[in-house]
Amino acid sequence: MASSTLRGHISKQFDRDLEDVREHVLKMGGYVEQQLADAMKALIEGDPELAEKVIKNEYNVNRLEVDIDEEVTQLLARRQPAAGDLRMTMAVIKTITDLERIGDEAQKIAKMGLELSGTQGPKSYYVGINAMGIHVFNMVHGALDAFARMDSKAALSVASDEPESDEQYAAILRQLITYMMEDPRSISGTLDAVWAARALERIGDHSRNICEYVIYFAEGKDVRHISLEDVEKKLNLGNSD
Amino acid sequence: MQQNNTEKQINVSYAMTETNEKKISAMEDTGSHAIDMDSLIDRHDKLNLDTESICIEVRDFNLYYGDKQALKDINFRIPEKRVTAFIGPSGCGKSTLLRSFNRMNDLIDIVRTEGVINIYGEGIFDKSVNVAELRRRVGMVFQKPNPFPKSIYENVAYGLRIQGVNDRRTLDSAVEKSLRGAALWDEVKDRLNDNGLGLSGGQAQRLVIARAIAIEPEILLLDEPCSALDPISTLKIEELIYELKNEYTIVIVTHNMQQAARVSDYTAYMYLGELIEFNDTSTLFTNPREKMTEDYITGRYG
Repeated sequence: MASSTLRGHISKQFDRDLEDVREHVLKMGGYVEQQLADAMKALIEGDPELAEKVIKNEYNVNRLEVDIDEEVTQLLARRQPAAGDLRMTMAVIKTITDLERIGDEAQKIAKMGLELSGTQGPKSYYVGINAMGIHVFNMVHGALDAFARMDSKAALSVASDEPESDEQYAAILRQLITYMMEDPRSISGTLDAVWAARALERIGDHSRNICEYVIYFAEGKDVRHISLEDVEKKLNLGNSD
Repeated sequence: MQQNNTEKQINVSYAMTETNEKKISAMEDTGSHAIDMDSLIDRHDKLNLDTESICIEVRDFNLYYGDKQALKDINFRIPEKRVTAFIGPSGCGKSTLLRSFNRMNDLIDIVRTEGVINIYGEGIFDKSVNVAELRRRVGMVFQKPNPFPKSIYENVAYGLRIQGVNDRRTLDSAVEKSLRGAALWDEVKDRLNDNGLGLSGGQAQRLVIARAIAIEPEILLLDEPCSALDPISTLKIEELIYELKNEYTIVIVTHNMQQAARVSDYTAYMYLGELIEFNDTSTLFTNPREKMTEDYITGRYG
C-alpha cells in the first residue's frame, strides 16, 4: 500500500505534517552520513581537527532526534494516523533511534581517530578498516535511499549486505589480534582500531534495522529478527497473493 | 606444596564449570525460565474468524429500495460474543445492513431483499419466523436516545411487561440487573421513579441499552450509539460495550473510526452498498488488504 503516499489526504495540513517529518528524517540521515564520512576520514588520515569536529557535531544529531520525536508526538496526538500513515509514523520513530545510534558510533570512530592520530602505530591495518568503512557507508546511504523512496526491494538488497560487514569485522579482528601478538607494545593502539571496527559493524546492524522498517512500512510485514532467506520468503509470499 | 595447591585450584575451577554446564543443560531440558514465554507470545495472536463460533451468517444478500439497489451481494460471517463494527461513508448501506438483522427494514414498504441471513443457522426470512420473537432475540439501540415518557423503572421493565411479566419481584430484579449491566445503576438507583426523559444524553443512552438487555437478547445492534454524546459519555458507552460482549454478540455502526478501532474485534468496511473488506480490527487498521479501505481510514477518501 506504499502507493497511498502518492495520493493526498482530504486534510492538506496532514499531508504537509507527514511530509515535513519525512523530510526531517532524511535531513538527519544526511547529517549522520556526513558524520560517518568525516569520522572515517579523520581515522584513516589521522586528522585530529576533523575528529574534534565530528565529536562536537554529535550534539546536533541528538538535537535532530529530539526535534523529530517531538514532531511525531504531535502527529500522534493530533492526527491519530492509521494504516499506511501509522506504519510510516512507526518507521520514523524507529529509524531516528537507529540514526542517532549511528551518530554515536561515528563519534566513537572519531574518538579513536583522535587517539590514534598522535601515535606511530602500523598504518597497514587501516586498509581493512577503510574497506569496511566504505562498505558500511554504502549501507547507510542505501538504507536512507530506500527510506526516501520507501522501496522495499532496495531495502532488502541493502539488508543483504549486512552479513558481509560481519565477515569484514571478523577478518579485521583476526588481523589486529595478530598485530597484538607480534608486538605487545602496540596493544593499546590496536585496541582503538578494534573499537573503530566494532563501531562500523554496529553501524551495519543499524542500517539493516532501518531497511527492516522500510519493509514494514511498504509491505506491512514485520521482518525483524529472522534470517534473510525467511525475509525473502515472506516478501515473495506477499507478492503472490 | 605449591604444586598441590595449583592442582587443587584447577580441580575446583573444573568442578565449577561442570556444575555450570549441568545447570545450563538442566535449563535447556525443562526450558525453565522465570517468565513463561509461551504465554507472552500467545497474547500477540491475532483473532481468527475460522476459530470463532459464528452467530450471524450473511449469504448472497441483496437489498433494494424500489429500483435502487442498496446492498450488493453481501457475504460474511459475524462471530459470537465479539464486537463487530461497520464503517464506511454516509449512504454506503451499513445501517441498512444492520437493520436487516432484526428485519427492521420490513417496516419500509418498498424494500425488497434477496439472499440469506442466518442467525445460529436459522434463516430469519423463513416463513416460520415470528418477527416479534426475532426482535426480542436481536435488540437494537439507535443514534438518538429514545427513552419512553415513563419512569426510569418502567422504561427498563417495559419489554418484560409486554411479555406478560407482572410479578413485582421478578421485575425489580430484572430492572436492577439490566441497569447494573448498562453501568447506570449507581447513578439512578435512588430515583427510579423519576421520568426517563430527565436524564442526560449519555445516561438516557445507557437507559435505552438497559431496556434492550432487560429482555435478554442474544444480539445487540447499535446504530451510531454515541454520535449524539459528549466524549465522556462516549467513553462510558464504549466501556459498557466492552463489558457487554461477554454475554452478547454486538454489532455496531459508527462514523467514528477511532471508536471502531477502540471497541471492535472485527471491522467491516462498506462502500456504495458493497462489503469491501472484512477483517480483524487490528489488521484492518494497521495493514488493510484493500486500497479503498486504506484511503478511507487514513482520510484520503473523496
